[in-house]
Amino acid sequence: MTVEPVEDEATEAVAPPGPADDGTVTMVLWRGDPTGGEFVDYVMPSVEGEVVLDVIHRVQASEAPDLACRWNCKAGKCGSCSAEINGIPSLMCMTRMDTLPAGADVVVAPLKTFPILRDLVTDVSFNYEVAKRIAPFNPRPKTVDETKAGGYRMAQIDVERSQEFRKCIECFLCQDVCHVIRDHEENKTSYAGPRFFIRSAELEMHPLDASDRREMLRKEDGLGKCNITKCCTEVCPEHIKITDNAIIPLKERVVDASYDPVAWLGRKILRRTKASVAETSATAAATGPAAIQPDPAVSGMPTAVGE
Amino acid sequence: MAEYETHDFDVIVIGAGGAGLRAAIEARAKGLRTALICKSLLGKAHTVMAEGGIAAALGNVYPEDNWKVHFRDTMRGGKMLNNWRMAQVHAQEAPDRVRELEDWGALFDRTKDGLITQRDFGGHRYARLAHVGDRTGLEMIRTLQQKAVADGIDVFMEVKVLRVLKGADGEASGVVGYWRPTGQFVTFTAKAVVLATGGLGKSWMYTSNSWESTGDGVALALWAGADVIDMEAVQFHPTGMVWPLSVRGLLVTEGVRGDGGVLRNSEGDRFMFNYIPPMFAAETADTEEEGDGWYDDHANNRRPPELLPRDEVARAINSEVKAGRGSPHGGVYLDIATRRSAEYIRRRLPSMYHQFKELAGVDITAEAMEVGPTCHYAMGGVRVDADSQETTVPGLFAAGEVAAGLHGANRLGGNSLSDLVVFGYRAGIAAAKHAKERTRNNRTSAIDPGEVKEVINAATAPFARDDGENPYDLQSDLQQTMQKLVGIIRTQSELEEAMGELDTLEKRATNISVRGGVAYNPGWNLATDLPSMLSVSRCVAQGAINRKESRGGHTRDDFPKPDPEMGSVNFVQRIAAGTGGSDGPLGTPSINTITVTPEPLPVMPDELKALLEEES
Repeated sequence: MTVEPVEDEATEAVAPPGPADDGTVTMVLWRGDPTGGEFVDYVMPSVEGEVVLDVIHRVQASEAPDLACRWNCKAGKCGSCSAEINGIPSLMCMTRMDTLPAGADVVVAPLKTFPILRDLVTDVSFNYEVAKRIAPFNPRPKTVDETKAGGYRMAQIDVERSQEFRKCIECFLCQDVCHVIRDHEENKTSYAGPRFFIRSAELEMHPLDASDRREMLRKEDGLGKCNITKCCTEVCPEHIKITDNAIIPLKERVVDASYDPVAWLGRKILRRTKASVAETSATAAATGPAAIQPDPAVSGMPTAVGE
Repeated sequence: MAEYETHDFDVIVIGAGGAGLRAAIEARAKGLRTALICKSLLGKAHTVMAEGGIAAALGNVYPEDNWKVHFRDTMRGGKMLNNWRMAQVHAQEAPDRVRELEDWGALFDRTKDGLITQRDFGGHRYARLAHVGDRTGLEMIRTLQQKAVADGIDVFMEVKVLRVLKGADGEASGVVGYWRPTGQFVTFTAKAVVLATGGLGKSWMYTSNSWESTGDGVALALWAGADVIDMEAVQFHPTGMVWPLSVRGLLVTEGVRGDGGVLRNSEGDRFMFNYIPPMFAAETADTEEEGDGWYDDHANNRRPPELLPRDEVARAINSEVKAGRGSPHGGVYLDIATRRSAEYIRRRLPSMYHQFKELAGVDITAEAMEVGPTCHYAMGGVRVDADSQETTVPGLFAAGEVAAGLHGANRLGGNSLSDLVVFGYRAGIAAAKHAKERTRNNRTSAIDPGEVKEVINAATAPFARDDGENPYDLQSDLQQTMQKLVGIIRTQSELEEAMGELDTLEKRATNISVRGGVAYNPGWNLATDLPSMLSVSRCVAQGAINRKESRGGHTRDDFPKPDPEMGSVNFVQRIAAGTGGSDGPLGTPSINTITVTPEPLPVMPDELKALLEEES
């Protein structure tokens, strides 16, 4: 290949891979808005140790001050600068230029699954809407000892399961890569996506949470639509094992609740007594927790040790 | 361009980090129509960057810890410039606010007995920081965000606020801003306005702060006629990354030192033993052996000097580099690899492991990190009432980093996350009370449409200018000026030079031109951030000129010692009513209208004074 000087500005077509050793890099960035757009080349000097977001910032400061790009922390902690770099959903702030193929163009496109606002920025409000319908955290009541001092008692080993999911920085790369909504817009009304499966898993496995989310996961969240291709796990910048540690265990729990033939038979048989069961639980609810867990101050029960 | 969208609420909160979320949750809990307005997406605020933990005297690890010790540590760390009442309230209420986070779903790391565990940090006498590995801020913001969503609080994301507007009676009555995605202008009227906009570190080149930290809240308050104090007190965190250049300034948590990491110079010396100030000599180890013994036995050893307050450590690193004992990229070495097992490091400091591995190609379980001071936190900010967080403008409240007082001249690590929830909660209550009173007394919250139109016209003027200044160039020049002349070590002549430079930058900023449309245009967004950056930078430089002493985060080469007389006053800056005008960039008051006055600190009651005099 002959090395040509990079004088040819604004090559509209796909530019040939730039020479590796001329000290420049060609950034091929998507520019446009909801009505349409195109990829535009920007030839920038290479700088040692930079990440993709640094080069985007230099494009903004020099050639394209109105180039839209969302970012905040630039440290892989806030999950704002998600984009598709050479086709791979990634954080621009955590993708070092020297990990990309030397000499080749760097193509940066907006997330495909969400509507474009401008240039590299998409409208991710789908995710904020799904978040609203997740049944909130519902802790069990504190025990007498916990109320007296120190708050809830939980073992480290029990909190670690949910802590893995709480590492999520909400970059929505898993949502972007998930073919259930990436390739099927119509599924967006009936599918929560990997980010919210780990949110539900976090609550299901939370040592304090008392709600049962299995029916919600099956019906509204469309958990069954996920067919475990693990694309979400592959792109997760926090290395959360989304599929293995959250989605599969959730699927098992849902299956246990809804499709176990023995349980099904049990329900069939017990249907006759359902009315009386409902009655019993209604009585318990009306009597309230005091009936189950007598308040020593009220009932005059002896307390363990006074302060 | 004079068309704009309008909304009306009882309470509006500007900023959706820890303080803003906590304030909104409390105002909503009081039954008020509450809106949260933030410059980025929900959950991306700077709180996510907090790593090490949240300070609260829970006494879970050291039962002898209590609010009085936390109060004393905070005051001493702040070099006594703190508002004593804020330091007291903070120390007393932080434990409840931390346990409340747990009630809302936060999962802190545990002790063997199943309680919230606590880690050691600089300046805290006992292990006091509740944490989740080294991603405590993320845990906190996610917990609060999920609580706010569950409570049905209205959130307006990616809205930049340009001005706080007052009603005819002088009360804060709303704000005007624009939606960043569309450029559409919008007003929010309300009976109470809470500022929770965070910090101002983006005025420096090397900073741990994101693009958002442009001092908006301090500037909005200042322009509305509120007092700001202690602006010269800017914290340079001792350990930011120094290499590669692209991540220079990125934070390296103090948790590395809390968990056993030590600082060494290029000669391999643990130099911090040479920098123990008299104020902390009694409680600091003077041999490596004693310092190392402290991690496992606090009772019989004194703490290692690596865990002195941040101002001391930052100055020490600065001196080592100046003396030619720095690392190849102009920092010093932070070594935990030779001191703790790889497994321990990965478990305790997962984000740091990740950050160095992916951004610098450094394995911190095998090699030392290169670190140096980075602009991190503003102790100064809007002057508030210690109990209600109300500013000197009625109906305007401020909580979190934007407010001043709690941290004095230097903030202890871990005290910022607790600041957010303690004072966010209090601001939410007080704002709700104010809004209710206002409704009861039929005081309207009308804003003047003429004023709104002026703000909008000034904000869009850069589009009409063809050959004006590039906002990116201006920002870069401002950052270089502040880095070079108003950095960690300051002198009279450099500060005066900075004042002149800022005048020039302001003139240039009145001539900004912007290309493109109003929808998601970062060039324009930056142009609208520059007026606040200039105002707060001016406040820092002007405060620094006036404080002719060294105290906490403010170090004067020409006045290297603390001066008791200077230490008895706050430098108060304000734009007196009616004097602001609109000669500054984008129709804001010119920085030359900011005045500075020394005013005595609030007097501390004797019983609290006694706590400070106790031997350590």
